Amino acid sequence: MRNFIALENMNAQELTTLIDLAETLSEVLERPIKKVPTLRGKAIANVFFEPSTRTRNSFELAAKYMSADVINFQASGSSVEKGETLWDTARNLTAMAIDAVVIRHQVAGVPGLLADLLNVPVINAGDGMHEHPTQGLLDLVTVKAHYGRIGGLQIAIVGDVLHSRVARSDLWGFTIMGATVRFVGPPNLLPSALGAPMTSNLEEGIRGCDVVQVLRLQNERQKSGAVPSMREYREKFGVTQERLGKWAPDALVMHPGPQNRGVEIDSEVLDGPQSAVLAQVRYGVAVRMAVLYRLLGGTHDI
Amino acid sequence: MTFSETSPSDNWHIKNVRIVDPYTHTDALGDIFIAGGCFVSEKLPEMLTLDATGLWAVPRMVDIHVHFREPGQEHKEDLVSGSRAAAAGGFSAVAAMPNTDPVIDNPALISWEGAHGREIGLIDLWPLGAVTKASAGKELAELALMEAAGAMGFSDDGKPIASGRIMRAALSYATMLKHPIVQHAEDLDLSEGTVMHEGQISHRLGLPGVPAAAEAAMVWRDVELSLLTQGRLHVAHVTALGSLEAVAYAKRLGGPVTAEATPHHLLLTDQAVSDWQASPITKVNPPLRPLELRDALRKAVVTGLVSVIASDHAPHHDDEKMSPYPQAPYGISGLETSIGAVFSSLLHTGLMDPLTLLERMTSGPHQALGAWYPGVVPGARADLTLIDPELLWVVEPRTFYSRGHNTPMAGMQLKGKAVATMLGGRWTMREGQVLA
Repeated sequence: MRNFIALENMNAQELTTLIDLAETLSEVLERPIKKVPTLRGKAIANVFFEPSTRTRNSFELAAKYMSADVINFQASGSSVEKGETLWDTARNLTAMAIDAVVIRHQVAGVPGLLADLLNVPVINAGDGMHEHPTQGLLDLVTVKAHYGRIGGLQIAIVGDVLHSRVARSDLWGFTIMGATVRFVGPPNLLPSALGAPMTSNLEEGIRGCDVVQVLRLQNERQKSGAVPSMREYREKFGVTQERLGKWAPDALVMHPGPQNRGVEIDSEVLDGPQSAVLAQVRYGVAVRMAVLYRLLGGTHDI
Repeated sequence: MTFSETSPSDNWHIKNVRIVDPYTHTDALGDIFIAGGCFVSEKLPEMLTLDATGLWAVPRMVDIHVHFREPGQEHKEDLVSGSRAAAAGGFSAVAAMPNTDPVIDNPALISWEGAHGREIGLIDLWPLGAVTKASAGKELAELALMEAAGAMGFSDDGKPIASGRIMRAALSYATMLKHPIVQHAEDLDLSEGTVMHEGQISHRLGLPGVPAAAEAAMVWRDVELSLLTQGRLHVAHVTALGSLEAVAYAKRLGGPVTAEATPHHLLLTDQAVSDWQASPITKVNPPLRPLELRDALRKAVVTGLVSVIASDHAPHHDDEKMSPYPQAPYGISGLETSIGAVFSSLLHTGLMDPLTLLERMTSGPHQALGAWYPGVVPGARADLTLIDPELLWVVEPRTFYSRGHNTPMAGMQLKGKAVATMLGGRWTMREGQVLA
C-alpha cells in the first residue's frame, strides 16, 4: 500500500490488516501517556480545501499520538487564494520534506491525481462525492468491535446517499468484508447505478438490519429544492426512537457526523443505548493511526 | 508511397490508388491526374508520378466542427496552428466555430477570418458566424450579412440557444439563407454543475453527472422548431438515444435536419473517465457516454441517420487541463486523431464499407452545411487526401501540430491515418509533415 485513496479497489485481506491494526492501536488511546515513538521524525501535512473539524482533528491527533510532526494547511488565507494551483501547493510541501500528505478536497478524484504526482504517500480525507476511506474504515472497525464480525451483517445507509462520499466508502468496505448494504432515502437522493438494493420506504429499509448508518442531511439540499422541507424529510426518513424500537430494536446506530438533531436523527437515538457515534469518533483516531503507520512504515514500537 | 520529388506545386500523376470518392459514388482502383490545381482527365507531359499502391485517395475531406480560438485565445490555438493540425489530420476544409473572444458575430470578422485562412493557405477555412449577438442568446446576429461575407453556417456552439423564442426566430430567418443553424443541444438547467455522463461510472467516481436527457430534450425542442419553421437545423455532436429518435422523427416528416457524431463519442465510453482516474483529459461536452449509447451512435452513423462525422476539435492549454475536474475546460483536441479513431471504430470493426464511411466525412458534411463539391472529376479543384487504411500508429499528443494536447486517446493504438493532404493541387502535408 503506497497511498490510501479509496476502499473500492481494496481486498478483504488488506482491509482486515488495517482493521486489526486499528484495534491494536486503539489501545494506545487508553494509556495514561498517549504517545508512542512510532513516527518520530516524520512530518505530515494536513491539507484541507474544505472545512472540517472532526476529520482534521482526528488526523492531527493520530499523528501526534505517534510522535509525528503535523502542519495544518487550510486553503483560505493561503497561497491558493493567490492563484497557486493545488499541484504546486503540494509539490512545495513535499519540497519541504513532508513525509505524507493528508488531503480533503471538494472535487472527486483530486487525491488520486495528487498521488500520481507526488512521491510521498497521499491519504484521502474526503474527496467530493467520491470516497472518505478512513471514515469507511472506522465504520468497519466500529461494527467489528460491536459484533465481533462484519461478514453476513445487514447494513442500512439512510439519507442523501447520492451526494455522500461516506456512503460510497461504506458500500465498498462493507461489501468487500462480506456484509450486505442497502440504501434508503428519497428517490432523487439515491444513486441509480451503484449495485446496492434501494428503497424509499424507511421501514422496509431498516427492518431487520444489524446496522443503521444515518447520513447528515445538508441544508443545501433544501436550498437547492431537492428536499421540500426538513419537516417533511423528518416525517419520511427521520430515525426516531419509536421507529427504531419498532423496526430495528437491536441495530447498532451510527452517524458520520456532524448530526442535525431532530432532522435525520433524534437526540433520544443519538444519545441512547443503540448509538455508536462516539465509538466511531474514537475508532476514527485509531484508524488514522493505522493508516499512517502502514504508509509511513512505522517501527514496531507501539 | 515515396515522395522522391520535392516540388510541392507541380502536376501529379497518382497511380495505382484506390479512389474512394463519395461525391461521385466511386470506389475503384485507378490513376488520378492533377494539373494547374485541378483534376484532369489524362496524363500530361512532365507530370510527377506517385505510386500510391495500398493507399486510398479521398477527395475534399472536411471537418465542419472545429475550434481555432483566434481571436482571443491564441495560447490554445490560432488559425495557423489549427490549419496545420487540419492538414496533418488529412483535412482540406474545416468549418471553424465562432465562440472566440470577441465572438465572430459580424461580417467584418467573417471576412477577416476567411481572408486570413486563405493567406495561410493550408486549408479551405469556412467561417461559421454566431446566431445571436455575442452568442448571448438575446438578439439575432447579422446572419444574412455574415453569409454574404462568407459564413458557411451559424452557431452559438458552447452556449446553447436556451430561449425557444430566439431559436424559432433563427430557424425561421435561416429559411432565406443557404446555410443552417448549428446547435449544441443542451438543457443548461439540467446540466448545471455536472461534468460527466450520469451513470454507473459517475456514481462510483463521485463526479456530478448529467443524464442524456439534457441533450435529448433540447434536440426534441429544436426538431419541433425546425419542423414548424422549415429552417435548416444541424445538430452538433449527438450522443443520446432521444436525440437520434428526434432526428429520425424529423426525417420521417421531411424536416431539414441533419446531425453529426464525433470520433471520440464513436470510439470511447465513459469508462475512459475511470481509466484516466478522473483526469480532466476526459472532460468533454457532451460527455463520453456508456457502451450502449456509443453503440447506438455507431449504428446511427452506419444507417446514415447521422450523416456527418466532425471532430469538435477543442484545443486547450495543458495548464488549463491540469485543473481539478470541475474547473477544467471541456474539450478534446481531435483533428489529428479523427481518421484513426473513425477507421478504428467503424471500418476495422466491419461496421461500414469505405465509401459509406467516407461519405460522413465528405459529401455528408457538405450537404449538412449547404456546400457543394463535385469530387474527382476533370476541372474540379484538386483537394485530396491519401490515406493508409492499415497503418497502425500510437497517439502521441506531443507530436501534434495543434497547440492542444488534450486527448484521452493519448497512448492508444489507432488503425488508419492520412499520409498526404492536397489543397488545390498543392501538397499541404506529406508523410506526416505539414508543408508550411
